[in-house]
Amino acid sequence: MGATGPIEQTLDALYVAESRRVLATLIRLLGDFDLAEEAMHEAFRAALEQWPRDGMPSNPRAWLVSTGRFKAIDSMRRGARFRPLDDVGDAAALGVVDPVAWTDDESVEDDRLRLIFTCCHPALAQDAQVALTLREVCGLTTEEIAQAFLTAPPTLAQRIVRAKAKIRDARIPYQVPSAAELPDRLDAVLRVIYLVFNEGYSASSGTTLTRSDLSAEAIRLGRLLVDLLPEPEARALLALMLLHESRRTARTSASGDLILLDEQDRSLWNREQIAEGVRLVQVALSSRRAGPYTIQSAIAALHAEAPTAASTDWAQIVGLYDALMRIDPSPVVALNRAVAVAMRDGPAAGLALIEAILDAGELKDYRLAHAARADFCRRLGRKEDARRSYKRALELARQEPERRFLQRRLAELGGP
Amino acid sequence: MKYLCLVYLEREKLHAVPDRECADCGDRLRKSGRLLAAEALEPVAGAATIRVRNGATTITDGPFAETKEQLAGFYLVDARDFNEAIQIASQIPPAREGSVEVRPVRQLQPEP
Repeated sequence: MGATGPIEQTLDALYVAESRRVLATLIRLLGDFDLAEEAMHEAFRAALEQWPRDGMPSNPRAWLVSTGRFKAIDSMRRGARFRPLDDVGDAAALGVVDPVAWTDDESVEDDRLRLIFTCCHPALAQDAQVALTLREVCGLTTEEIAQAFLTAPPTLAQRIVRAKAKIRDARIPYQVPSAAELPDRLDAVLRVIYLVFNEGYSASSGTTLTRSDLSAEAIRLGRLLVDLLPEPEARALLALMLLHESRRTARTSASGDLILLDEQDRSLWNREQIAEGVRLVQVALSSRRAGPYTIQSAIAALHAEAPTAASTDWAQIVGLYDALMRIDPSPVVALNRAVAVAMRDGPAAGLALIEAILDAGELKDYRLAHAARADFCRRLGRKEDARRSYKRALELARQEPERRFLQRRLAELGGP
Repeated sequence: MKYLCLVYLEREKLHAVPDRECADCGDRLRKSGRLLAAEALEPVAGAATIRVRNGATTITDGPFAETKEQLAGFYLVDARDFNEAIQIASQIPPAREGSVEVRPVRQLQPEP
């Protein structure tokens, strides 16, 4: 929609602010993603025609929802001649719902939550969950999502089409999970949001280090989730993302090179984001139900609050990694713990842990495991071992700034 | 809507869950009105695979594909939606020994 007159401008703003809510409610009323999407566009088109002539309705969102719904029912009826009777029955049944109850604030916010949980249903493949969430909840176009994930647009479009077909054919319900299911289902939602954030924060390949739009989108999603469902782990994930995001400008140099945490100019860190993140961590910790995101966000908060790299409270960070290993163990957590132990007890202690992790095999092709080993060897003066590990990390690294960093370290070591 | 819950187990685990427990689970589901049919299957050693090509029937020994886990039984359930079907499947005792695949049943559409 190109903005010209004042109503058009209002409509543009309304589209940005309300189109996802309108869509979420229309999916509930019409029971179909594609039908709802078409109905929403029809409603905005009708508004563009009618509002300049008749004036703005008093409740624009309710107007858009009921107009979209009538347009959809209308087109179902027009197609009804060629449809089996059952579908006509459905369309007729939709006509008797109480119009006021569709769009009160509470049920509309519930619809947004229904939409999030449906898009992140664990019966859908993870990449389909991500694509569907960005498309339906965030309103990104298929092209935008494809570009952000370096995927061909037709591949991504097909992923979304298949996911919608599965929701329809397997009859995945449009609902917020029951209390019993909630922890597991919330995990799936948090995983999708964090995946989007990480793809934006440290893109897995490409020439630039970050794709900030995706991270901003993930933070927006995280905020929405906290508003709709203020669970400790949801707050903690938002905190974790804000605390990472606060370092964005400090972690790359003007020439686009990677700057590690201990070498970053801490005056560049975004204090507002840190303050908000730390507040959220405190609330999450006070729930006494510390999950993996709560612990990770507490670690990030300790880094954020240290005035200098040297004054970082490594002992407490190691303690938090110990707790994380107890509730959510993984080789990557073990690797991070090894780095923290190296900071607390010296590189030899870290190296012993990392050798064991590499021997276990799961991280043998993980670039950061080799980069960490290289760093410990470098600090221990074991130049030849350091060189070998930096070279292995370099073979595995796909991201240009990271590759330049590793090459720089290799050059500093000298030798062949 | 109908869903078929397919129970898969490794050969050594075919009898890991006592029959009594499986029978109780079937009774419980039947009482709730959700169960349309359920049976346990003999091991794949007792199976034959039939193909008809150009009118000729060939019979081969064993299942269509050899996999680590084999089809050990099924529950045909009538559930409100996928979530309810998943919830039912998670109560099937062999789910803790092997896995249960939940497949929506497709309505045949003989009229194009």
